[in-house]
Amino acid sequence: MLYREAGQFKASYREDQQIFPIRQDKIAIALILAFFYLVVPVIGDQYWLKAILVPVLIFSLAALGLNILTGYAGQLSLGTAAFMAAGAFGAFNFMLRMPDFPVFSEVKILFAFIFGGLMAALVGIVFGLPSLRIKGFYLAVATLAAQFFVVWALTKFSWFSNYSSSGVISAQDVVLFGVPIDTPESRYLFVLVIVTVLALLAKNMVRSATGRAWMAVRDMDVAAEVIGIRLLHTKLLAFAVSSFYCGVAGALYAFCYLGTVEPEGFNLDMSFRILFMIIIGGVGSVLGSFLGAAFIVLLPIFLNVFFHAVFAGAVPAGLGSNLELMIFGGLIIFFLIVEPHGLARLWQIGKEKLRLWPFPH
Amino acid sequence: MQFFFEVLIGGLLSGVMYSLVALGFVLIYKASGVFNFAQGAMVFFAALTFVGLMQDYNLPFWLAMLVALGAMVMLGILTERIVLRPLVNQPPITLFMATIGLTFFIEGMAQGFWGANVRGLDLGIEDVPIEWLAERYGIFTSKFDIFSAAIAGILVAVLAIFFQRTKVGRALRAVADDHQAALAVGIPLQQIWRIVWGVAGFVALVAGMLWGARNGVQFALTFVALKALPVLILGGFESIPGAIVGGLIIGASEKLAEVYIGPFVGGGIESWFPYVLALLFLLVRPEGLFGEKHIDRV
Repeated sequence: MLYREAGQFKASYREDQQIFPIRQDKIAIALILAFFYLVVPVIGDQYWLKAILVPVLIFSLAALGLNILTGYAGQLSLGTAAFMAAGAFGAFNFMLRMPDFPVFSEVKILFAFIFGGLMAALVGIVFGLPSLRIKGFYLAVATLAAQFFVVWALTKFSWFSNYSSSGVISAQDVVLFGVPIDTPESRYLFVLVIVTVLALLAKNMVRSATGRAWMAVRDMDVAAEVIGIRLLHTKLLAFAVSSFYCGVAGALYAFCYLGTVEPEGFNLDMSFRILFMIIIGGVGSVLGSFLGAAFIVLLPIFLNVFFHAVFAGAVPAGLGSNLELMIFGGLIIFFLIVEPHGLARLWQIGKEKLRLWPFPH
Repeated sequence: MQFFFEVLIGGLLSGVMYSLVALGFVLIYKASGVFNFAQGAMVFFAALTFVGLMQDYNLPFWLAMLVALGAMVMLGILTERIVLRPLVNQPPITLFMATIGLTFFIEGMAQGFWGANVRGLDLGIEDVPIEWLAERYGIFTSKFDIFSAAIAGILVAVLAIFFQRTKVGRALRAVADDHQAALAVGIPLQQIWRIVWGVAGFVALVAGMLWGARNGVQFALTFVALKALPVLILGGFESIPGAIVGGLIIGASEKLAEVYIGPFVGGGIESWFPYVLALLFLLVRPEGLFGEKHIDRV
């Protein structure tokens, strides 16, 4: 009843190709954006904004990056955290070594993020080169080389971290148009704007010729090559764009979430978490990246709170954390079994049901 | 030159240890096409169970080993029943993710049950250089390393006989070759998977005991699995000889690189060198040393 597209006629090709062709979708998106832009900063308390929403957004961006590579272009990668590290350290060095940036110095921080993203893209292209020869799990293991090499290089060559001990960097203050972005609310909004813009960009990219080329390569690269898609170009572009997103996410992670990061923080565990996000959320879905990130960030917090509430003092702390680990692993398996296509698929099914509701047919 | 040989032999012997872990991966990948990331966690769990039984319950060596083996087989059967069977026909990446979930589960279970302390494990073999070798050639090679290499050799021989000479082994090879054809001639696929996971559990136990005796049974054992990955891509996912040869190459080259290249770039290159080596190798042979060559058809 509510979600019917009957009567919404598209008279031109342009109208038919809109990003959200159905009116109800437009309204829903507008409402969601309004909620996150206007309502959340007012009702959210400091803890929620700082410790939950900001990381969820940042990881959504990283998951989105990985989803472009793995979900759309079909190249499995286990080096996401390394690309994030490249982005974080790239942005840090840009701020450090360009004290008086000549043009648009009011938004220097944005240039730093873009620079970080570009550095990550460069790393991504270099480690994406083997993808032209190897596929599947062989490629996944090969991207592990990126993971270990980048972390090693950032730790070993202290130039990257301005000669601090063990590579720890303290991100510079985020200042936009002379206004310091340091309260939880402003940080949240700042991250939200960047994530929204990049997510819209990604959504449009995957609907374009580029995105279709990626999907063709994902579904069968030999066939894609035969119909005239340049594999080298397409695969490396996927690596570059994906790493750019991860790099910006890494820069945000350093500048807007933690403030102080070290290369070891971007370890394999983080890469796996981001991979979990897209698997749980939905491979090959922009929405899925957000759902998955929210799920994976919130789950450990929820489990922790749950355990404190239920077994407060009843089980020793060590056992509690191990139980959390077990439940985390168990839930991931459970989710994969129940819905292998992820949360985004559930959303899709819900929408299909909603079209008919409340009538049976 | 003596030093070179010493490093080389040390590297080869540690490579044997990598091969042991890689072997578990290969067995499962061959039979079920699952890239079992949980192998490292299985090694950890097996070693911890074995040591825990010996230390906390005072079981004798062989009994502890038997019980630990039983636990590993149980784990394999349960994994097949609870995790793999509902996921039949899913894309490989989903199965891979499921085994990462399994990794978390096993790690949590192992530490939750046995505690997170580092436990020493003494197999009765001393980690000392072999005297006659040191005296005659001046090469220091640990007795323990030789011992583990011998164990690995025996294990591979036993597996080879099991695969080539027994009925179950023949069924395993048939499944590895072609699932559908194997089903068609009446090979019970799920039983085969259970056996394979059981065998992989056994290999994990052996690897865990050797690694545990070397470094102590601790959480870091799970990282051994990461070292086995370049071995796998170098040797090919589907090949047991590949796992052995790949392990030897990785072990030797990693130690040699650390000694001869490491000082020029600040050291610590052991963490990524095997991967880069395997990567360069893949550029030449995309399916690994002994991997099966795939021909893509549209």
